[in-house]
Amino acid sequence: MSTWLPKSASSRRWLGLAPSYIVIGIFMLIPMVIMGVFSFLEPNPYGGVKAVGSFDAYVKLFFEYDLEDQLVFNPGYINIVWRSFQLSIMATVLCLVVGFPVAYYITLQPENKRNFYIYLVTIPFWTNLLIRTFAWIIILGRGGVIELPLQKLGIIDDSLRMMYSDGAIAVGLTYSYLPLMVLPIYASLEKLDFRLLEAASDLYANRWVTMWKVVIPLCKPGVVAGCILVFIPCIGAFIAPNLLGGGKKLMLGSLVQFQFSSARNWPFGAALSMLLLSAVVVSLIFYARAAKKRALMEGEV
Amino acid sequence: MSDHMNETKNIMKKKKILPVGHFRGLGAWTFAFFIYLYVPIVVLVFYSFNSNRMVMNWEGFGISWYLKAFSNNNIQQAVLNSLIVATVATACATAIATIGALVLARGGSFKGKTLSLGLITLPLMVPEIVTAVAVLIFFSSIGMNLGLGNVIIAHITFCIPFAFMPIRARLEGMDTTLEQAARDLYATEWETFRFVTVPLLMPGIVAGAMLAFVISLDDFIITLMVGGAGSTTLPVYIYSMIRRGLTPEVNAISTVLLFFSIAIVTAYWIVSKKSQTKTVH
Repeated sequence: MSTWLPKSASSRRWLGLAPSYIVIGIFMLIPMVIMGVFSFLEPNPYGGVKAVGSFDAYVKLFFEYDLEDQLVFNPGYINIVWRSFQLSIMATVLCLVVGFPVAYYITLQPENKRNFYIYLVTIPFWTNLLIRTFAWIIILGRGGVIELPLQKLGIIDDSLRMMYSDGAIAVGLTYSYLPLMVLPIYASLEKLDFRLLEAASDLYANRWVTMWKVVIPLCKPGVVAGCILVFIPCIGAFIAPNLLGGGKKLMLGSLVQFQFSSARNWPFGAALSMLLLSAVVVSLIFYARAAKKRALMEGEV
Repeated sequence: MSDHMNETKNIMKKKKILPVGHFRGLGAWTFAFFIYLYVPIVVLVFYSFNSNRMVMNWEGFGISWYLKAFSNNNIQQAVLNSLIVATVATACATAIATIGALVLARGGSFKGKTLSLGLITLPLMVPEIVTAVAVLIFFSSIGMNLGLGNVIIAHITFCIPFAFMPIRARLEGMDTTLEQAARDLYATEWETFRFVTVPLLMPGIVAGAMLAFVISLDDFIITLMVGGAGSTTLPVYIYSMIRRGLTPEVNAISTVLLFFSIAIVTAYWIVSKKSQTKTVH
């Protein structure tokens, strides 16, 4: 190694990092830049783009041309964007409500048990998302695991029509990304000094007050990280809206995919992707600021 | 600490007072959480043994759909494609991630370190659908059409951070005294790397490779967008099966894929646990 590697530490560093830079740079960063450029071009009706600059893709988000070629406001796409945000926020809140007590409970366990619980939390995360979502069709679907016993017992005669609804999508999204909420919260709760809780109790705080004023503020970075880790994949989700929403209740992710498959409007798809990306950037900035604040606070202590 | 806590716990149990920080119903809530997490998987596996044509009409226990799935040529081809993509992508991503991690964990602090870290973890931040679309646009605008090759390149890109994280974690937990000792004993730089650093780092590399493999094997959306007609992988094929109609064949092949992933993740868990205890002693 010493014979052919460069001598200076700096050139060695860049040699070691070069493959990562080349692969991620060429096949991820440059494609995203090209995507940004494409969003300002005109669509080619057979897929791809024409090399003509235009803001049409962004205009299309809000307006459409009526019969007299006048721009009129079209709420259709904005509604889809709005629904994506609503469903993603709903799924994030559900994950938080369901996941926080679980993370807290795991923290209270002895160490060997904790590791096993964490293993159980991670397993579904590493199994195929498509398959896990498909399982929900069997559970929520017509004559599925929930409906069948109710029908047999005569409690309901007709279908409950749980599938192909916003509720089904929210349940699917929550299910998909719950581990991403539990793990970071657990990671920050694990570092919590439980003597602080005893101190609070000695000072006559009841357990709810202690939870609210001691535990939650101290594990806030974990909560913020969990919320962002859940929100980002939710907002770009494709599988849950397609399988559980039946492809009719579109979300941003499925709308993007649609532009590149059936609709063949690449610039519009690229513009929607840029919108998604900016949502991600905003939430990451939010996270970075929360982390910075935290670092400052720790610095003071 | 735990002895003392257990003692107080026992006393408090007798008096029916919860210890500090505990809440009633937390255990039940967690139990319900695990039910929610695992019931869909159990249901999926259960219905794969249905011998009826329709998933939801239970007829009787049978493995006919497994036999049908295994003898399905399209599934065989899809499995083969999946394994080729995952193997090549894992090998490349792990190699790239290993040298990257060595620089970032051992190269001291240098200008551009944070930037490099950000770049390597970029595929984790960007929603999959955006990556998929960007790569699709890229391949089509440079006219690159290598079939499975395109899919493999896309997979290498998003597998890098997954391979990178366990390797970096392992490097940061590794102490450098053994390497220094080897150098003191006149081992060359290469010998030190080959006979000291690499063996010590191996559990991290294996763990990283396993995560990358699972991630590649399970990827659906990027493969769907980037892959052409001849490069259908197993998840993409399963998706097309679901769209055509729900037969227990989907459940059967899904069950196989599911248990394959669980086996790899369990192996990963054991490897990383072992490497943890090794560093402690």
